[in-house]
Amino acid sequence: MSKRKRRLFAGPYMVWIIGFTVLPILMILYYAFTNADGSFTLSYLAGIGDPVHLKALLLSLRLAVECTVICLILSYPLAMILHGLNIKKQSFVVFIFVLPMWMNFMLRILAWQMLLANNGIINHLLNLLGLHSVRILNTPTAVVFGMVYDFLPFMILPIYNSMIRIRKDVIEAAKDLGANDRIVFFKIIVPMTMSGVISGITMVFVPALTSFVVSDLLGGGKVLLIGNVIEQSFMQGSEWNLGSGLSIVLMIFVIASMAFMNSHSKETEGTAVW
Amino acid sequence: MAANLIELKNISKSYDGTLILDDLNLTIKENEFLTLLGPSGCGKTTTLRLIGGFETPDRGQILFGGEDISSLPPYERKLNTVFQKYALFTHMSIAENIAFGLKISKKSKAYIDDKIKYALKLVNLDGYEHRSIDSLSGGQQQRIAIARAIVNEPKVLLLDEPLGALDLKLRQDMQYELIRLKNELGITFIYVTHDQEEALTMSDTIAVMNQGYIQQIGSPEDIYNEPCNAFVADFIGESNIIDGVMVHDKLVSFLCIEHECVDTGFGNNQPVDVVIRPEDLEIVAPCDGFMEGDITSVIFKGVHYEIEVLAHGYEWLIHTTQYFEQGSHVGLRVIPFNIQIMHKPESSDEKAVVLDE
Repeated sequence: MSKRKRRLFAGPYMVWIIGFTVLPILMILYYAFTNADGSFTLSYLAGIGDPVHLKALLLSLRLAVECTVICLILSYPLAMILHGLNIKKQSFVVFIFVLPMWMNFMLRILAWQMLLANNGIINHLLNLLGLHSVRILNTPTAVVFGMVYDFLPFMILPIYNSMIRIRKDVIEAAKDLGANDRIVFFKIIVPMTMSGVISGITMVFVPALTSFVVSDLLGGGKVLLIGNVIEQSFMQGSEWNLGSGLSIVLMIFVIASMAFMNSHSKETEGTAVW
Repeated sequence: MAANLIELKNISKSYDGTLILDDLNLTIKENEFLTLLGPSGCGKTTTLRLIGGFETPDRGQILFGGEDISSLPPYERKLNTVFQKYALFTHMSIAENIAFGLKISKKSKAYIDDKIKYALKLVNLDGYEHRSIDSLSGGQQQRIAIARAIVNEPKVLLLDEPLGALDLKLRQDMQYELIRLKNELGITFIYVTHDQEEALTMSDTIAVMNQGYIQQIGSPEDIYNEPCNAFVADFIGESNIIDGVMVHDKLVSFLCIEHECVDTGFGNNQPVDVVIRPEDLEIVAPCDGFMEGDITSVIFKGVHYEIEVLAHGYEWLIHTTQYFEQGSHVGLRVIPFNIQIMHKPESSDEKAVVLDE
């Protein structure tokens, strides 16, 4: 088959990506750098300087970091435990962790709303135990909860993937050469799973940074993330230019963080999932 | 006589209820090249892993220079292992791999650099310090694994089928390399393999194992020439093994004939195994042999022909450098010295004897 003919097969995807990725980005660029009468301006990019927007961006960054760190703390030990199990048990546990991904993500967030509500199930249980109710819903904590719940599989899978590639005899070899458990962990296991960790961090941090649905539903409009600001400027205020300007700023943050992570993973050996 | 370095005493080990080793006793001397030889599942690798510290025995003791090391973790034992699949650290350079053990024992940088140079020279890979592991062939990777182990100056090097993943030619070259290494280093090698040729080529002592028991231990010559039971005879080289009856001293009967032999002390009319090596059988004119038969197959093997002769209902295997026509009627001859008589398996120990003919 000729090269040209083979290229034709990529056609449908090309149409898709041009229509729904490239063109929208170009449009956002256009709106971001022009004002209502179509002349060039940087004022919408500078819109991030507005204290409300800046606060939202910083809160987004903070919550995204919190979410990523919690996911990492939950996933890494789990992957290590999985590494020690036999293969049948491994696939079962992985299955359990991936299971929530089969449910619609909005549905899962709505379920958290029920659980965390002031008269929700968690507070009922606390009352039954004679403890005080807690106010979680509509706080940043609730948003982090929801994001962790949503994004956890994206952290577990790449780390687990890189972990199971470490053959047991490599760890035995390290011990044989005098390494105790601490040295084995820091000199063998951590470096050999770095590509998975980096992949996991990227796959959790970026969506957490740009999320707005979780904060909408679990923040009750009281937790304003940069995603919410952008959404509102498009949907409510019809300020497309401001929304686009802020989007570009956010995009810069996303690209910067990905570039930073990439520079720290020289050898990805195909364990990375993105 | 060299001193005993490692002693395994009454070692038992089972996995998930399956007994792998049962009351194993083994002594390894200083500077010995000991090979544990046996089919897969015979317990040879488990024995090695027990010595290395990757498994702990259910019962029994492992002594190293007189001290009990049974419960020491691998990193506290003064021995190093070369693994079947190299087990190199792929995220490190070759130099870092070799330096791994030395860095842990906090050696000076100058010492480490010297050692890396020395070790690479020893395994014929000078100048490979900064190459990556992935750029090496299987044989080179295994040399690095050996270098990584020996820089720590272990008293004992454990090798778990280290040549198993290499192709034939390379395997043979590496056998000589290992012998040279052992002589240069002057340390004890404990080597695990299922390859009898490898074992015969390299070892000072071979322990033939099957189903968790040591069947026979001795020099390669002893094991080959005087196998103590039919399993060893069959596993080391090829053999004709026939049911027989020891009529009285120096006379054995098998396949309805009686033949002179040199063995004594088996008693009268005792059932025995009769073992004759294929190279000890001669093809002669029909009337000159102890039995007659027809040649059923002739295969050229390079150095010799492998010929099968059907005689008295048994398919005899013969190695000879002379060519014979398939289908011809011939006689078989053997000198009494080359007939080996072995006791039939009786104890649980020897029930392990399984023949695959």
